[in-house]
Amino acid sequence: MLRQTIASSASDQIAVEATDLVKDFGDTRAVDGISLAVPTGSIYGLLGPNGAGKTTTLRMLLGIIDPSSGSRLVLGRDRPLDAAPEIGYLPEERGLYPAMHAREAIAFMGALRGLPLAEGRRRADALLAEHNLSDWGKKPIRTLSKGMAQIVQLLGTIIHKPRLIVLDEPFAGLDAINQARLEEMIRRETRAGVTVIFSTHVIAHAERLCEQVAIIAKGRVVFDGGVDEARSRLRPIVRLRTRKSDGSWRSAIPSNARREGDEWVFELPEGGPEPLLKALIDGGAGIETLAIERPGLHDAFVAIAGDKAAAEMAQEKVQ
Amino acid sequence: MMRFLRSAFVVARRDFSATVLSKTFIFFLLAPLFPAAMGGLFGGITTRVAGQAERPVVAVIAPKAQFERLEAARDQLTSAIGDQAMVKIVGFSPEPDLAAQQKRLLASQHPPIRAVLSGGLDHPRLVGALGDPVTVGQLKLLIAESRAGNVEPAPDIPVTDVHISSGSLEADRANTAMIAQAVLFFLTLMLSTMVMSQLIEEKSNKIIEVIAAAIRIDAMFVGKLFAMLSASILALVVWVSAGALLLQMVKHGGVQSLPTPAVGWPGFLALGMVYFAMNYLLFGAAFLMIGAQASTAREVQTMSLPVTFAQMLIFAFAATAINALDSPIALAAAAFPLSSPLTMLARAAEEPAWWPHVVAILWQALWVALILRFGAKLFRRTVLKSGPRLPWWRFGRA
Repeated sequence: MLRQTIASSASDQIAVEATDLVKDFGDTRAVDGISLAVPTGSIYGLLGPNGAGKTTTLRMLLGIIDPSSGSRLVLGRDRPLDAAPEIGYLPEERGLYPAMHAREAIAFMGALRGLPLAEGRRRADALLAEHNLSDWGKKPIRTLSKGMAQIVQLLGTIIHKPRLIVLDEPFAGLDAINQARLEEMIRRETRAGVTVIFSTHVIAHAERLCEQVAIIAKGRVVFDGGVDEARSRLRPIVRLRTRKSDGSWRSAIPSNARREGDEWVFELPEGGPEPLLKALIDGGAGIETLAIERPGLHDAFVAIAGDKAAAEMAQEKVQ
Repeated sequence: MMRFLRSAFVVARRDFSATVLSKTFIFFLLAPLFPAAMGGLFGGITTRVAGQAERPVVAVIAPKAQFERLEAARDQLTSAIGDQAMVKIVGFSPEPDLAAQQKRLLASQHPPIRAVLSGGLDHPRLVGALGDPVTVGQLKLLIAESRAGNVEPAPDIPVTDVHISSGSLEADRANTAMIAQAVLFFLTLMLSTMVMSQLIEEKSNKIIEVIAAAIRIDAMFVGKLFAMLSASILALVVWVSAGALLLQMVKHGGVQSLPTPAVGWPGFLALGMVYFAMNYLLFGAAFLMIGAQASTAREVQTMSLPVTFAQMLIFAFAATAINALDSPIALAAAAFPLSSPLTMLARAAEEPAWWPHVVAILWQALWVALILRFGAKLFRRTVLKSGPRLPWWRFGRA
């Protein structure tokens, strides 16, 4: 009884837990022992280039496919489909019935998750009105633009008020306005206690939204933790411009500092900014500008996943 | 279980609405007109060919009196075996040059003459290209009757028509069994390609991912199958009603004139519906499973031909049961799940017992469930690439 209570309490705090998930497609290992824990009510990002194993991981967590080995616990259930009525899912490859009206498509997606059709239609009307999209309700999906259809599918993902929302590359194909709208929608859901997991290869989205990220490369989690924790793996960067080019103060500049134009660029020494500042002032360097920059998630990603993975993600972003 | 049924219902409702409310459903309802039109067309061609291949014409070179005796004998035989079955004879007066007359007649196109009978009734000789012992035999009979002198009219036998005798009933019920099997076969054949392409829409527009994340794949299979079944039963009701109305208008006595099946008409129609549903579900489950492996409409078309041939083989297998319900092959056809509904419908037409139908329906339902379960597993494994790699002998336990 006590054990059950502890387990229940743990599952209340952790919405999704994966342990050593492995997935083989023929001779190819797509996911190679992924373990992660998504706290309830958080926004959790899966970061990584295409082919890293993000979508396969999400599909295993949702029960669309079974893992070759390993286990998963989703909203306290080891068979994810049992929790399906409490989950909303937007797949990477968007799909709706082209002949269906937008309102019906949203209600249908709710019905798949156990929401009565009449209630689904009522909520669809309300959601469309809330997003100033009431005019779309009676339009067949085939007449909507790709972006519009994506919004309709997003509304269908949340129509049944899920406890867990899983979004696979949700920002792909959306214009800047709709991207901002989606970000706001995600924040609003988490304010209501909903857990959101989303995969992306655009670091900026993860940086703006996520409290926790898992960086995936070649089917493995190379980092799992808070965004600040990822950043803190790197030392802050100092950008220094001085009036004098030489002097005793030069001994305070690390040997691996590099020149970028008139600036010195180097990692903040272990001792922090004070000894550096003192040496610069005492040595009469004549500080023109001094900036201490906190590393971004991108820098952390490069440091954790490697230059190659970062270059692949940058390439995907351009595409 | 309730969730499974509710999920299947959501899919079924969507598919049913999408099918029945589409413009193409009107064409679906008109579908039986095409086989009917083809039947009419081929019937016409067959009649024309049969007309051309009717009994040969034999020219008879004989004095008028002898020819009239031959004709009287022919008329009498015709009343017994029918005009189409009897050799036709045309009379010609003898000419001095018999050989030339024979040659001219054999070359004649109007009427086209196969042979020439000469020498009168006393010394008959036949020249021509008959190659048919029946025609020669008939001519011998005609000559024998004519030689006997006055052809006696056939005696009059009083006939009392009781409508039904054991012989006629058996034949009528066999006909009913045959027609019912054929109707069931053609209906299922017509629907098979539609069922095979059922998952193409979901796979091509990617909504399969949303569905697979929300409900069990076998619930989706069941939903799709029952949606198509409901649409088909709706169409079947329209077709049967239209057929009955047509029969009422064009056939004397209307539907009441049709031979009553062994289990009676209400029972037979009810069993017909159930066996249609079972036949459809069995083939539908199998086709859905096969079609789910296809990614494009072209692949479905490629799969359709072998599937159609397989169905025809099963139809032929089931047809062996007609008039031999308790033969080993008929029992095997009743036990083999895919031929069972067709065979059992024939049994309903010919045998009044109900218990075999209860057993058969349960047996068929079990197989529907098994095929659906296997199909869903196969779909998850081969299309969604789900689960660990297992050797083929452990597949069913995955």
